[in-house]
Amino acid sequence: METKDETQTQPAPGQPGLLRLATAWFGGCAGCHMSFLDMDEFLMDVAGKVDLVYSPIIDVKEYPEDVDVCLIEGAICNEDNLELIHKIRARTKVLVSFGDCAVTANVPAIRNQLGLGNAESVLQRAYIEGAQSNPCLPREPGIVPALLPRVMPVHEVVHVNYFLPGCPPPADRIKSFLVQVLEGKEPQLVGKDLKFG
Amino acid sequence: MAAKTLTIDGKQVSADESVTILDAATDAGIKIPTLCHLDGVYDVGACRLCLVEVAGISKLLPACTTKVSEGMDIKTDSERLRKYRRMTLELLFAERNHVCAVCVDNGHCELQALAYSQGMDHVRYDYCFPKWEVDNTHTLFGMDHNRCILCTRCVRVCWHIEGAGTKNVSGRGGKARIITDLNQPWGTADTCTKCGKCVMACPTGALFNKGSTVGEMERDRTKLEFIVTAREKKQWIAD
Ligand code: SF4
Ligand code: SF4
Ligand code: SF4
Ligand code: FES
Repeated sequence: METKDETQTQPAPGQPGLLRLATAWFGGCAGCHMSFLDMDEFLMDVAGKVDLVYSPIIDVKEYPEDVDVCLIEGAICNEDNLELIHKIRARTKVLVSFGDCAVTANVPAIRNQLGLGNAESVLQRAYIEGAQSNPCLPREPGIVPALLPRVMPVHEVVHVNYFLPGCPPPADRIKSFLVQVLEGKEPQLVGKDLKFG
Repeated sequence: MAAKTLTIDGKQVSADESVTILDAATDAGIKIPTLCHLDGVYDVGACRLCLVEVAGISKLLPACTTKVSEGMDIKTDSERLRKYRRMTLELLFAERNHVCAVCVDNGHCELQALAYSQGMDHVRYDYCFPKWEVDNTHTLFGMDHNRCILCTRCVRVCWHIEGAGTKNVSGRGGKARIITDLNQPWGTADTCTKCGKCVMACPTGALFNKGSTVGEMERDRTKLEFIVTAREKKQWIAD
């Protein structure tokens, strides 16, 4: 973690030799992160071997430098996503598309089928037609990021090193992937571990 | 009925001259990936997944529509073939809208299974995100064009096994689509006998029983096999 807690003994953040791991959450339902937490007691093993430097499950605002591995959940849907993914790529050695939304753009990209102007149509549908009270489009420059004209899988925007599909990837699959990464291997998903949906 | 001798993946095989490379390989216990092929229905060579290398011929040949010939030396697996198969699969995924997470066929889909077998963990081409309709006008079945790979299995069983001739292909290239009767909603197609053979034959989630939700569309091909055996061997047996 960025700010060191002096009283903390285990795991020792920033200790050399620990893998600097990050996870990020873009246009996805958080299901992949839920599945990550579903690894249960294996999380204790992971905690001893990594320094979690950025994630929606810890309180760090700025994506740090020199990250070894980052798991990306979600598709690239809005301007914030686009800006952050470029920053993450520049600061990370190994980028992993984590879950179907990152790998294929999945459900968030269904709006692409509506063609040009799809961003406006979905906002209209959700915030005007579907509103029970106070129909208005959320527009707060600097706070609410604008939707991109087309939702994209992560590898359409930046280079991705590995792909971990699944909606969400089951905890066992994430575990088998992380074990290989922690052992310094090229992670490979085979058999039932290679599956979409 | 002359027998031909050939080699498939280094294995000596003898097969009747009337059979295809695919038949000969299957008899020899060699599995070639296929998608548009369906046992008991004539082949059209639509998907190009069954491409094989034949020594002395520079272009790749579809195993399902190429007849065996004397002395053929066939390779069913190579770096080059794997490259083309994966490319073909990725293009099939990029061409229409495959959202496996919300598909009736998730977990039972032949397109998915083939993608996994070829190690496809992502699609390198940009997805097209075309706009396609879902036809839910039939009383029993639905058709989601978003998931259709144009293998024409449905057309062939409808004409060849059922003899109804309801399904057809219309248009070319990216506009090609499966239609019913005179390009009208399936529910209004008078020739349809509601036999369900097209649904049984479909390798993807494009054709489904109405009411199935995510992952529920499991197909029972035994009925199709029963009818095919009856036609071909004049035996009304189910195993
Ligand atoms: S038809 Fe197969 S590949 Fe397409 S969305 Fe359905 S499960 Fe996925
Ligand atoms: S239900 Fe039978 S008759 Fe109707 S379109 Fe399908 S195969 Fe043809
Ligand atoms: S509807 Fe199914 S069987 Fe018919 S062409 Fe499309 S994918 Fe093939
Ligand atoms: S199975 Fe041979 S071309 Fe489709």
